[in-house]
Amino acid sequence: MTSTAAITLADVTFAYGAGRAVLDLPALEIARGERVFLHGPSGSGKTTLLGLIAGVLAPRTGQVTVLGEPLHTMTGAARDRFRAAHLGYVFQMFNLIPYLSVRENITLPCRLSAARRARAEDPTAAAARLAEALEIAPLLARPVTELSVGQQQRVAVARALIGAPELVVCDEPTSALDTDRRDRFLELLFAQVTAAGSTLLFVSHDLGLSARFDRTLALGALNRAAAHGDPDAAPTVVARGS
Amino acid sequence: MLLLALAWRSLRNRALLSTLTGLSIALSVALLLGIEQVRVGVRESFAGTIKGTDLIVGARGGTTQVLLSTVFGMSSPTGSVSWATYERWAAHPAVQWAVPYALGDAHRGFRVIGTTTAFFERYRFRDRTVTFTAGRPPTTDAEVAIGADVAERLGYAVGSEVVLAHGLAAVSFAEHGAHPFRVSGVIAKTFTPIDRALYATLEGLTVMHEAEAASGGLMMGPPTAPTAGPAPITAFLVGTKHRFETLQLQREMNEDRTEPLTAIIPGVALAMLWQTIGGAEVGLRVVALLTLLIGILGMCVALYASLEARRREMAVLRAIGAGPRTIVALLVLESALLSVAGALAGTALVYGGLAVARDPVEVRFGLALQSHALTPVEWGILALVVGAGTLVGLVPAWRAYRASLADGLAPKL
Repeated sequence: MTSTAAITLADVTFAYGAGRAVLDLPALEIARGERVFLHGPSGSGKTTLLGLIAGVLAPRTGQVTVLGEPLHTMTGAARDRFRAAHLGYVFQMFNLIPYLSVRENITLPCRLSAARRARAEDPTAAAARLAEALEIAPLLARPVTELSVGQQQRVAVARALIGAPELVVCDEPTSALDTDRRDRFLELLFAQVTAAGSTLLFVSHDLGLSARFDRTLALGALNRAAAHGDPDAAPTVVARGS
Repeated sequence: MLLLALAWRSLRNRALLSTLTGLSIALSVALLLGIEQVRVGVRESFAGTIKGTDLIVGARGGTTQVLLSTVFGMSSPTGSVSWATYERWAAHPAVQWAVPYALGDAHRGFRVIGTTTAFFERYRFRDRTVTFTAGRPPTTDAEVAIGADVAERLGYAVGSEVVLAHGLAAVSFAEHGAHPFRVSGVIAKTFTPIDRALYATLEGLTVMHEAEAASGGLMMGPPTAPTAGPAPITAFLVGTKHRFETLQLQREMNEDRTEPLTAIIPGVALAMLWQTIGGAEVGLRVVALLTLLIGILGMCVALYASLEARRREMAVLRAIGAGPRTIVALLVLESALLSVAGALAGTALVYGGLAVARDPVEVRFGLALQSHALTPVEWGILALVVGAGTLVGLVPAWRAYRASLADGLAPKL
């Protein structure tokens, strides 16, 4: 493993329960600091791949190495600690804990991970800084239920980036936003990822965004277990998968 | 600390559901504690039916029968005790006081008891003495004191004329019309069988029976007037000089061959009787426990139902780095908090209710509810509520645990 790799997957297969493999990845490597756009049709295993990289799921076979750490050899609890310390995660929507304020949502990772808190130094000040940069500073004390979807997604970015995690994973973060908000969201996200020096793995089906990234990966082509007969799947993938 | 804060905020976020859930637990706790209070109160009231009397002595018979006939005015006396025997025991060195007690007459369904004024001084119930709302104890052979229920039901007051009947039937055909009595006093309500009795002097009963004999009336039952000496009585109450002499005196009386007697210790006899009739309290407890079960199941259902809406929340917590065990701990903590809050509120409800209801309950039902510190049984109830409530939290927690492992970061909505 080179220390320059943020994510390295080798011969990884995964299946839910005893079922058929939904992911079969011979190789995937993302360098540190790289901004990668990952796309693929539904059923191509995007969410599963993110689960493996986040350490929420464990591969059936193969190696998942994130930031030099072999997740496949760790216990579930160790992977949870690793995720809390080194990873920021943004969902498509419903990113926030409904009963906490905006500020509390942003600082939550610092309360779960001492490493994250140590890097953020002062979580409240860090939250204020991020909120300022993401243009949500006036919302800090508000309940999250009063926020629009676009505001919620920015809060989610602030939370993912507090304490400058080495890896930020975004799972379709813009699909609930309209075009204007989507572009502004991406600008702000890139600025903060750059400021934190994080690696960015960005999943979307919106290929129009891919030009802004360093590299584009098509999971449908990489995953040998991608769903058969999927209309969006590349013909070569179907050929290889069958 | 984080978990506690999260659990608390989460419960507060679902304020209405949490309040209702906590309230249902509080109510079942209040019911359990309240029933426990009433149960103890009823038992103490029952045990307090007669106090301060060390021995009740009647003609040879069963313990329960002596107790029932003398204290509760139920069943018939075991027989009669001669006046000479009463006087002999009254003079016993261990006896401080003795009060004769003659049963056998009735007035419109209420018992008539012949006794002496000492009865009103010596008789204790729940550590209280007999008092009069009007008038005074009977002193002449033409006077009778009446219990509160008698006065109320028959509309008697001091000065009312009363015609006593011989025998215990509600409607007696042999009325002692030749010797009418006059009400000398009305006894304050005691919530004991005293309320349902009339008290005449021994002389009064004797004169009445003699008058009846002279007028050729019908006679039945044991306490009829003999030709010479005072009438026999059916029992007598004894107070000993020293408590520790009670057992010795009881044995002496029971073994005496002059006249076969049964001496009972009221407290012991009441406790025995309570064991046979107190079974209803078990039923009460079962009902209360079932209510608690329903309350706790309600909480389980409420938490379980809320899980569906909270799967996103769980996924977010997982993504931030919370382990499945943290999710379990959060949910168990929530049910524990609800149980503790319910237990506290239920306890407050009972003690608050007691503070308000104690006096009215005592006046209306003669039930002495005590406001003591929590008894071990009550602590046990509270521990059971919190323990069971927390355990029940494991059910939704287990489901969330399974879901968070299976779903990863993509909960199936």
